[in-house]
Amino acid sequence: MSETNDNSKNKLHGLWALTNRELKKWYKAPVIFTLSIIQPIIWMGLLGKAMNLGAIFSSGSMEQLMSKIVLIPPLTLMQSQQLGVFFQGLQTSIMQNTFHTSDYFSFMAVGMIAFTALFTTAFSGMSVVWDRRLGFLNKALSTPVSRAVIVFSKVLSATLRSMFQAGIIILIAIAFGLQFGASFNPVFILGLFGILFLICVGLSSMFIAITIRSTRIETPMAVMNLITLPLMFASNAFFPTSIMPSWLQAVASVNPMTYTTDAVRQLLIYNTIDFGQVGLDFLYVGIFAIVVATIGIALSWRYLSR
Amino acid sequence: MSENIIKAEGLTKVFNHQLVAVDHVNFEIKRGEIYGFLGPNGAGKTTTINMLITILKPTEGRATVLGFDIQKQNNDVRNVIGVVPQEYTADEDLTGLENILLCADMYGIPRKVANERALDLLKLVELTDFKDKRVQTFSGGMRRRLELACGLVNRPKVLFLDEPTLGLDVQTRTATWNYIRKLKKEYGMTLFMTTHYLEEADSLCDRVAIIDHGKIVVVGTPEDLKHSLGGDIITIGIKEDAEVSELISKVENVKEVKKENGSYRIKAENGEVTAPFIIEALRRKGYTVAKLMLTEPTLNEVYLEYTGKSLRDAEESREAFAAQRMMMRRARQ
Repeated sequence: MSETNDNSKNKLHGLWALTNRELKKWYKAPVIFTLSIIQPIIWMGLLGKAMNLGAIFSSGSMEQLMSKIVLIPPLTLMQSQQLGVFFQGLQTSIMQNTFHTSDYFSFMAVGMIAFTALFTTAFSGMSVVWDRRLGFLNKALSTPVSRAVIVFSKVLSATLRSMFQAGIIILIAIAFGLQFGASFNPVFILGLFGILFLICVGLSSMFIAITIRSTRIETPMAVMNLITLPLMFASNAFFPTSIMPSWLQAVASVNPMTYTTDAVRQLLIYNTIDFGQVGLDFLYVGIFAIVVATIGIALSWRYLSR
Repeated sequence: MSENIIKAEGLTKVFNHQLVAVDHVNFEIKRGEIYGFLGPNGAGKTTTINMLITILKPTEGRATVLGFDIQKQNNDVRNVIGVVPQEYTADEDLTGLENILLCADMYGIPRKVANERALDLLKLVELTDFKDKRVQTFSGGMRRRLELACGLVNRPKVLFLDEPTLGLDVQTRTATWNYIRKLKKEYGMTLFMTTHYLEEADSLCDRVAIIDHGKIVVVGTPEDLKHSLGGDIITIGIKEDAEVSELISKVENVKEVKKENGSYRIKAENGEVTAPFIIEALRRKGYTVAKLMLTEPTLNEVYLEYTGKSLRDAEESREAFAAQRMMMRRARQ
């Protein structure tokens, strides 16, 4: 019998339709959309301003500390001013050495970009389970749309969402006083979105691959809880790896989050950019994305239909 | 070219190496007919459909849809079939029109064609006025109709309907049947459906296969099946006694007596003539008939005959399922 509808020549058909379906749930719902913008503001406020590591090294607190350790005789006004200048210099150099910037807020705000990518992509596993439970997945599977497209539409929608949120974060961070590095060039923003795209594809594929067989909504939630925070804190997102214990350094050195954050930091806030390292960052995150996305798509072929 | 649109040979599905959901079923579905699987929950109806629509791999056996092997040529099968699943799968957050267009995109139908078809289909299922309303606001019947429209967007040669009126009230159910008849007429499709509503199988299907425990018990047109029982059913309510069965079976034209839930179920030819004789025979021995009901055979009787249980028992679990689905819908909002 030759009477087929020969519609599905293009292997990628349906990709944008399915991606847009996911995105509409977000940009067409004003509450969710607003929350997704407010959320990074709150985090940045809490982690950047409240947990301000830089304040520990501020001249005021250093002075207090010193006066407790060494019995400094009462100082003249002149001496105290000199000491103040000294401590200020000390603080700046400590900050530069540990964080490569004199401003912890800038350091953290950039880490927040990777943080948001992680949390937004973590939900992609959940949406697969929802589709399975509500029967939409079965319907999609009964159409000629490719299995890889079904999975990749989830990946793509999470990626686009993260990139939008990252853009918001940058804008907010600038408003809050982000200090760009001396060699910053607006073109580097493209690099930021480039590496963000790679890490989001990788992370989202990873979360989907882990939960693809699951029929219970609890599974992706448990996976999220288990994975997100370790991935976050075993990286340089909020804390430089150089002052971590060596075992944690080892973990951080294979964590793709570390490479993402490093690349973004180098491009945005470091005064001197090591382009060799940035290239390595891109390579590492790129390989991570390709490998995990391939695994995710291979699993989708195997497990989407039972 | 064979007239068999669907042909299944020894189709079997075993879950987890132990649960036999579908057990070596064979059937053939002819061009243009509405073929129904009738059976309780867990009989294997949905599993069979899921294998035919290529989302479940058979453990054993094979089947073809329009000549395409469901395993080796699954993408060809997907192109020529339409599916209306048991669940409401339309996206709550999208409008009616957006949902149909989404389905069209999954079939790779160009946007221009898709738009035309979507509007035609919305008209057909009388949802034109609601095309820009979000599905969230739709009633159960409207959702069902939208699912029908989605299942037709690729102009399928075969339409699979899994429990098309599950959880709908009686009026909406009847209306949905009319839509299904209309669609069939309009597009000249072959339909494969599952149901556990006897009335639905009776009024819609050209042929019915009664399925129980994963096996097809009997196949035939609803009329043939009913006639195969040979006679009417007289049900009488009477104080139970060992002698009663024997007394009744001695009456002329009575073919069979069965005790069921505290009453006697009698199969007899010319029920309206035989019934008075039964009452008389019992009264002579001092038994009083408290209740009498005369029914012409329905598919329920057929069902009872072949599976040994009433389909009514299945109703409860269906209600439970419908309730669960409502919950899922709310949970999503």
